[in-house]
Amino acid sequence: MKNQIAALVVGLTATGVTAVAQADTLAKIKSSGTVTMGVRESSGALSYTVGDGKFAGFHIEICDRVLADISKQVGKKLTVKYQPVTSQNRIPLTQNGTVDIECGSTTNNAARQKDVAFAVTTYVEEVRMAVKANSGITSINQLKGKKVATTTGTTSVQTLRKHERAAGVNFDEVFGKDHADSFLLLESGRADAFVMDGSILAGNIANAKNPGDFKIVGEVLSVEPIAIMMRKDDPAFKKAVDDSIKKMMKDGSLNKLWTKWFESPIPPRNVKVGLALSESTKNAWANPNDKPMEDYAKK
Amino acid sequence: MTWDWQVFLQDTGGGETYFDWMLSAWGWTLSVAVLALIIALVMGAIVGTLRTLPDDRLLGKLAIGFGYVWVELFRNIPLLVQIFIWYHVIPALIPPMKALPGFVLVVFALGFFTSARIAEQVRAGIQSLPRGQRAAALAIGMTTFQSYRLVILPLAFRIIIPPLTSESMNIVKNSSVAFAVSVAELTLFALQVQEETSRGIEVYLAVTSLYMITAFAINRVMARIERGVRVPGLIAAGQAGGH
Repeated sequence: MKNQIAALVVGLTATGVTAVAQADTLAKIKSSGTVTMGVRESSGALSYTVGDGKFAGFHIEICDRVLADISKQVGKKLTVKYQPVTSQNRIPLTQNGTVDIECGSTTNNAARQKDVAFAVTTYVEEVRMAVKANSGITSINQLKGKKVATTTGTTSVQTLRKHERAAGVNFDEVFGKDHADSFLLLESGRADAFVMDGSILAGNIANAKNPGDFKIVGEVLSVEPIAIMMRKDDPAFKKAVDDSIKKMMKDGSLNKLWTKWFESPIPPRNVKVGLALSESTKNAWANPNDKPMEDYAKK
Repeated sequence: MTWDWQVFLQDTGGGETYFDWMLSAWGWTLSVAVLALIIALVMGAIVGTLRTLPDDRLLGKLAIGFGYVWVELFRNIPLLVQIFIWYHVIPALIPPMKALPGFVLVVFALGFFTSARIAEQVRAGIQSLPRGQRAAALAIGMTTFQSYRLVILPLAFRIIIPPLTSESMNIVKNSSVAFAVSVAELTLFALQVQEETSRGIEVYLAVTSLYMITAFAINRVMARIERGVRVPGLIAAGQAGGH
C-alpha cells in the first residue's frame, strides 16, 4: 500500500513536468546494481499479486528471464525491485525513471508510442463479448438497442463504437468501475453484454457463481498487441530486452510459459484460466515485431 | 509538456466529438446534482423541522424520534457505501426496484445523504431563534403549524442561507460518486476519455473547470437569494448594512 501511494504521488508529480530521465538504462542498471520492474496488482494471468508483496504472472516471468540475461550482459548481479503500477500511472512512472521495465498488460498503440517504447509483442489480446448463455445473442449485429457493459478506463468499447456505429448498430454503453463491477452489471441483468479482453472475460466467468450461465460469443472485435514497456529513445536497452525475448520465442520456452500460466492451475487459488494460445499470438511469436495496435487493424 | 486541446474535437468513433460527450456528461452531473438538491432541501426542511417540534404530546415525540433516526442513519454511513446499498442491496431485497435506472437511485442516495446535513442546519437555524418568537406566535393564537409557517421558518431559513450555500456546492462535487454506479457524468467521462485519448491533463483540466463553474454559479445564485430575501434589522442585514 505504501508503495502504491508513493507511486501515485510520484506519478502525479511526473505528469506535471516534462519527463526527462536517464536515457541509458543499461548504464543506470549497471552502476546502481538494481532494476525496478513495474508490475500490476491484478491483470489476469499476465501480471498479478499473490499477496505478501509478491508478484507473479506470464509477463513477470518473461521479465525475470530478460533481466537474468541483462544481468549477464552487464556482468553484475542485479537486485530486482517490484513497483506496483496502475493504468493511470504506468506511463508517467516509466518516463520519469521510477520504473525501468513495465511488465503488466499494456496495449501497444500509436498514441503511447509517442511517450514510451515497447518490446516485441509477447501476447495478443482478442477483444470479444460475454453474454448470458440463454440470451440468444451470438453476434455483434444483435446488439442493436442493447446495453453493453465495459470497464471505465479501457479502450475496448472505443473499437466497438468505431466498427459498429458505421454499420448502423446502435447500442447503449454502461461503464462499470472495474472488471468485477462490469461483470456484475452483466450478471444482474443491467447489461446484455460485457465487451472486454478475452482473457479477462474468461477469468471472470471462471470465478462466477455459475460459470455455465455465461459464454463468450461473437466475432473478434479487435486485436490488441500487449507488450512489455520501457523508456523511449534507449535503443541499447530495447535491443537487450528484444533479443532476450526473441530467444525465448525461438527456443519454445515462451510456449512452455503459456502452458504454465494459461492452461494449468496457477496460484494463489490454483484455478485454471483455460485460455488456449490464439492464432494471433502464435503469429506475433513467429514474426517478432513491436507494431502498434493500429497496424493490426489495417489487416 | 505540449498541449493538445484539439483532442476535444476528435471523433469518439460514434459520430460525436469528445466535446459533445463532455457536454452531455456535464448535463448528467447537473441533473444528478439539481434533482438530489431538491430532494435534500425538501427532506432536510421537513426532518429538521420535525426535530424541533414541542415534545409535550406523543405525536411530537414520534416526530422527534423519526427525525433523529433519519439524520443519524444517513449521516453515519459513508456516501459511497450508501450508493452501493441503494444500487446493489436494496434492489436485491425489493425486486421491482431492479427496473429503476442507476440515475434514479443515485439521486435518492445523494439527496437523502445531504438531507441529513441540511436537516441539522435547519434545526440549528430554528433553535438559534429567541424562544420569545415561538411563544409570542402561540400567544396571539397561532396553531403550531402557523407559528412555524409564518414566524419560525421564515426567520430560520434566512439565517441558514450561508451553510446551505456550501451544502448546495458540495452536492455538485459529491455527484461524482455517481460514476461508481455507471452514470455517465463528468468523473466517468474524465476516467474514460483520458484513457481513450491519452491526453489526461487536458481532459482533467477541462472537467475541473466545469465543476468549478457549476459550483461557483450555485454560489452566485445563492448570494443573490441571500440579498433578495434580506429583512432589514435581522441578523445578516444588520451586520452587512452599516447604515
